Amino acid sequence: MNDRRFAFDWLILPLLGVVACLILWSLSSATWAPKLPSPWKTWEMSRVYVVEPFAKRGELDQGILRFTWYSLILVAKGYFLSLLIATPLGFLLGMSKMLTRTFDPVIQFLKPVSPLAWLPLGLVLFGKSEPAAIFTIALCSMWPTVVNTAMGVRAIPQDYLNVAKVLQLSRWKLLWKVMIPATLPYMFTGFRLSLGIAWLVIVAAEMLTGVPGVGGFLWQEYNSLIYEHILLCILTIGLVGFILDRLMSVIEARFKTA
Amino acid sequence: MSHPLLELRGVGKSFAGVEVLRNVNLTINRGEFVAMVGFSGAGKTTLMSLIAGLLSPDTGEILLNGKPITGPGPDRGVVFQNYSLLPWLTVTENIALAVDQIFPTWTREQRANHVAKFIAMVNLTPAAKKRPAQLSGGMRQRVAVARALAMDPEILLLDEPLSALDALTRGTLQDEIERIWEQDQKTVFLITNDVDEAILLADRIVPLTDRPAATLGPSFPVTIERPRDRQRLNHDPRLKLLRREINDWLLTIGRRKPAVQQTERRLPALAVH
Repeated sequence: MNDRRFAFDWLILPLLGVVACLILWSLSSATWAPKLPSPWKTWEMSRVYVVEPFAKRGELDQGILRFTWYSLILVAKGYFLSLLIATPLGFLLGMSKMLTRTFDPVIQFLKPVSPLAWLPLGLVLFGKSEPAAIFTIALCSMWPTVVNTAMGVRAIPQDYLNVAKVLQLSRWKLLWKVMIPATLPYMFTGFRLSLGIAWLVIVAAEMLTGVPGVGGFLWQEYNSLIYEHILLCILTIGLVGFILDRLMSVIEARFKTA
Repeated sequence: MSHPLLELRGVGKSFAGVEVLRNVNLTINRGEFVAMVGFSGAGKTTLMSLIAGLLSPDTGEILLNGKPITGPGPDRGVVFQNYSLLPWLTVTENIALAVDQIFPTWTREQRANHVAKFIAMVNLTPAAKKRPAQLSGGMRQRVAVARALAMDPEILLLDEPLSALDALTRGTLQDEIERIWEQDQKTVFLITNDVDEAILLADRIVPLTDRPAATLGPSFPVTIERPRDRQRLNHDPRLKLLRREINDWLLTIGRRKPAVQQTERRLPALAVH
């Protein structure tokens, strides 16, 4: 009985949602949006990219997962740069009220700036598209990690700090034995949100710079009037984003200490 | 040296204009087990934090071995009310953090043996590799006691260590504290809101008046011979007499100021995520 309930809640209902979307999509393409390719047509045109996901037929004609791989590598570079800056910054802000008061307005100010706005600046600064994309990803995705890490440091229970004081732990030991472990759950929440943004930014960055990847492919197929591939790219981007988020939640859950 | 181990002279402390403690005087001799009883919110934990060195007094001074206390240190092993174990470390690791810090010159093996010895002393050897979240409240508190004892402090400060526990566990742990004290002859300062607990464990009981401006009353010596058996003690007329005396003192002199004005309290902002 329980198994059935589980299958219904976690398999049947989500599938129904997907089917409903497919119907809506088909109806739309059959009625008011004639330029929107139907699901079936999308599959027909995309099949070769999906069944041979790692094929390389030319610079602009590669399997969808190969493009995804390029995007992921670029995201990884920007994301790690972002964590490298954001985590210590978050710690500093969490530890010092003065620093928080100094930089909080700047952070609140920079946070809502769109990647589309940073990218041209990156191109001006670095001249090449890849470093510009990394710069944009790092700048846009670091804020959740900064904010959450700072929040985590502020939320360290006074008890833990008292223990450290009674034991007269050195600053170094205090940081590694008490503060970092106590902050880890918050840090990972930040890491997960940052990764979501990094993935969001990569598509925009690729579209503007023409770097090969899912976003670049999407833009190129738009220019070639192959609209089916736009839909293929959207589905891929969504799926990859979903998988990345799930992976990060699993890691995040591992660090949740009671 | 003829210094008492711990001496408080005219200690006072205020928070945001509210006087919590005023003119607190207390002397604790080496090897003594002193219990302080008082109303909740009277300033018991403030007094403990002052002795632990986590706070510094506004007036008066606190001397350990005749020297003023300047900050927290491992010579005073504190067991906090809420255990204060680090949840990401196992029982062994929690205690080892203290032992490694305080005996850095020992070999790795010596330190490991020392940790194991104190885990055994509080009967937690089977749970040595567990994390605090996997332990019951009573077990957590035993870890905290073991950690404090393993630091080999001059004085053990117990801040309502048993108040969060159910009555049965409380009883077991009281017996355990008594046993450890008999074994170690450590100087102990216990804070509690349970007069019976104080009578069972202490050589001397000092009551704390109600807030604001709480101060210590006269000492009530507990002359009942050790080891004290909970069962027999329950019927001991000396316990009943002492309990009545202390309760009377707390409720009359201790409550010298009737209507205590309510000070405004702000709840901490909760993090949302």
